[in-house]
Amino acid sequence: MSDEKPNDALPEIEGRRPPSHPQKFTTVSGYPIRQLYTAADLKGWNPERDLGQPGEPPYTRGIHPSMYRGRLWTMRQFAGFGTAEDTNARFRYLLAQGQTGLSVAFDLPTLMGYDSDHQLALGEVGKCGVAISSLADMEALFDRIPLAEVTTSMTINSPAAVLWAMYLAVAEKQGADWQRLSGTLQNDILKEYIAQKEYIYPPEPSLRLVIDTFEFSANRTPRFNPISISGYHIREAGSTAIQELAFTLRDGIEYVERGLRRGLAVDDFAPRLSFFFNAHNDFFEEIAKYRAARRIWQREMRERFGAKQARSWALRFHAQTAGCSLTAQQPYNNVVRTAIQALAAVMGGTQSLHTNSLDEAWALPTEFAATLALRTQQIIACENGVTNTADPLGGSYFVESLTNEVEAGACDYIRKIDALGGMVAAIEHSFPQREIAEASYRYQQAVDRKEKIIVGVNEYVVEEKPIEVLQIDEGVAVRQQDRLRRLRAERSGEEVRRRLDGLMRAAEGTENLMPHLYEAVKAYATLGEICDALRTVFGAYEEVAIT
Amino acid sequence: MSERKIRVLIAKPGLDGHDRGAKIIARALRDAGMEVIYTGLRQTPEMIASAAEQEDVDVIGLSILSGAHNTLCPQLMELLRAKHMDDVVVLVGGIIPEADIPGLKKAGIAGIFLPGTPTQAIVDFVRTHTRARD
Repeated sequence: MSDEKPNDALPEIEGRRPPSHPQKFTTVSGYPIRQLYTAADLKGWNPERDLGQPGEPPYTRGIHPSMYRGRLWTMRQFAGFGTAEDTNARFRYLLAQGQTGLSVAFDLPTLMGYDSDHQLALGEVGKCGVAISSLADMEALFDRIPLAEVTTSMTINSPAAVLWAMYLAVAEKQGADWQRLSGTLQNDILKEYIAQKEYIYPPEPSLRLVIDTFEFSANRTPRFNPISISGYHIREAGSTAIQELAFTLRDGIEYVERGLRRGLAVDDFAPRLSFFFNAHNDFFEEIAKYRAARRIWQREMRERFGAKQARSWALRFHAQTAGCSLTAQQPYNNVVRTAIQALAAVMGGTQSLHTNSLDEAWALPTEFAATLALRTQQIIACENGVTNTADPLGGSYFVESLTNEVEAGACDYIRKIDALGGMVAAIEHSFPQREIAEASYRYQQAVDRKEKIIVGVNEYVVEEKPIEVLQIDEGVAVRQQDRLRRLRAERSGEEVRRRLDGLMRAAEGTENLMPHLYEAVKAYATLGEICDALRTVFGAYEEVAIT
Repeated sequence: MSERKIRVLIAKPGLDGHDRGAKIIARALRDAGMEVIYTGLRQTPEMIASAAEQEDVDVIGLSILSGAHNTLCPQLMELLRAKHMDDVVVLVGGIIPEADIPGLKKAGIAGIFLPGTPTQAIVDFVRTHTRARD
């Protein structure tokens, strides 16, 4: 007995070891991890150059000197369902619960530029978000919410300029000063072609609309972020962490190039470019990704574009926990997953965070589930002590090595896309689309073979009862159809026609379309009418489907 | 003469563009030796029914995550009946609340696959149900 080593003395208890322990030690992206990291892994690493101080280039340690001691991240829960009134009530509830910013989820017809009464909207009105077809809906959405005081993020892409014009019109009606308005438009069309696929027009006119918002925003709403360059959806489509990082930053480079081509000065618009990353399961890989993102971006902004202002160099980002990591099985496990993912985003230095709700593999969140998700952030902010110091993992052999490796992997991809002639050319070659589809299939195979374990899905499976979920009934569509009928009867049809004609003439030329969109929404032209007018001029995009 | 391969149409109805699942299933069925045609995005039930007819498929696999399944699935089944294509096996995969499953089955959907389903389970289901069809 006394001869035995302590480990051998332990009896074999069922459950002591996972039933099928992964054969390979890799991240969730399939990236290999070594048994131990030591100083030998950081040869050539120069802490002064590669790490620096928080708030200073290369921003590896974060973009603010005091990080969360100075100010917490913004707790911004993405919300939207049913009619504008339904979502307005959820917004006011979330603000009352201590949420610090709004984030609007629009339904699929709105995202695709169709009114709620369009044939293709059948069955989709108010389902994945709120239905917004005109300025009247936008007014109801922000009823009793002072836009001068809250910051609002809007997840809208192809029709982003139109929805933004509606937002600005509501702000004006409320008497809010545009110069002080703050918030973010997603407005990232490139990742739509790459991953999320909610595009309307071909890339060139779509990019023109994006740059129109950059230009308009730089002049008229200096505190608004006209874009949130998004890796989130790229990751959800199945990419690896390195692909997410590389494609997102290369999208960012593309937008900067387009802005410069328009004649904008880099330091006039680059400080307002914001980013959006996924917070997936693999804790250290995610933290390395955020740290590498800041380091690459500051280098690209300085070396590629010659930006002079520090505000142009610093990559600010929003993070959302990974929807694709949530399981329909044993949904309460999702609370745990989300908490750990959120912790990675915070330890990686995020400026803003959305935590997913436990029921999101089933439906849009119930109020209970949405509240629990917000509480998860509040617990991290108040209870664990992770906010006490900037970049708590800085200097770890493992984290610094992984940061270097993720950076190198992303830079390889960026060079490849440069060689293809930029992101639009790469998209036309289906390059990022194929890379993502490959990674997604490899991951599924690893799960099917149990090389990657998902608790409750391919291991620790039990029989269970369904949970209660939020159901959106077709009454929402009926109410929207009635409202649109009334709107079309009450507004001046003649003015709407005049504004839409003006918009189309402008679209045929090269001037900035924002003022025309603004006049059209103020005349209560609907989203569908405006997007159709632009479809007439720009045409519609169809991708080459790859499988 | 070699045995005719099982022919499958994978379709994304509705406005949603999240095609990760559709692509994985298309590839898994192809790797399992079936002929797979992927429609691409934003197909109406009419487009799907006529593609299924033209391609003479044995199976239609719908990927729906948007909550529009209760509208889109019965529409497709109605169209298939009108075309006398009742023998085509129709599957749905995606985000489907459990409460909606009996209604979809009643409309004629043969199999409903929720998140977390191994691809092999779908391959097996297709093989079993198309064999029954011959």
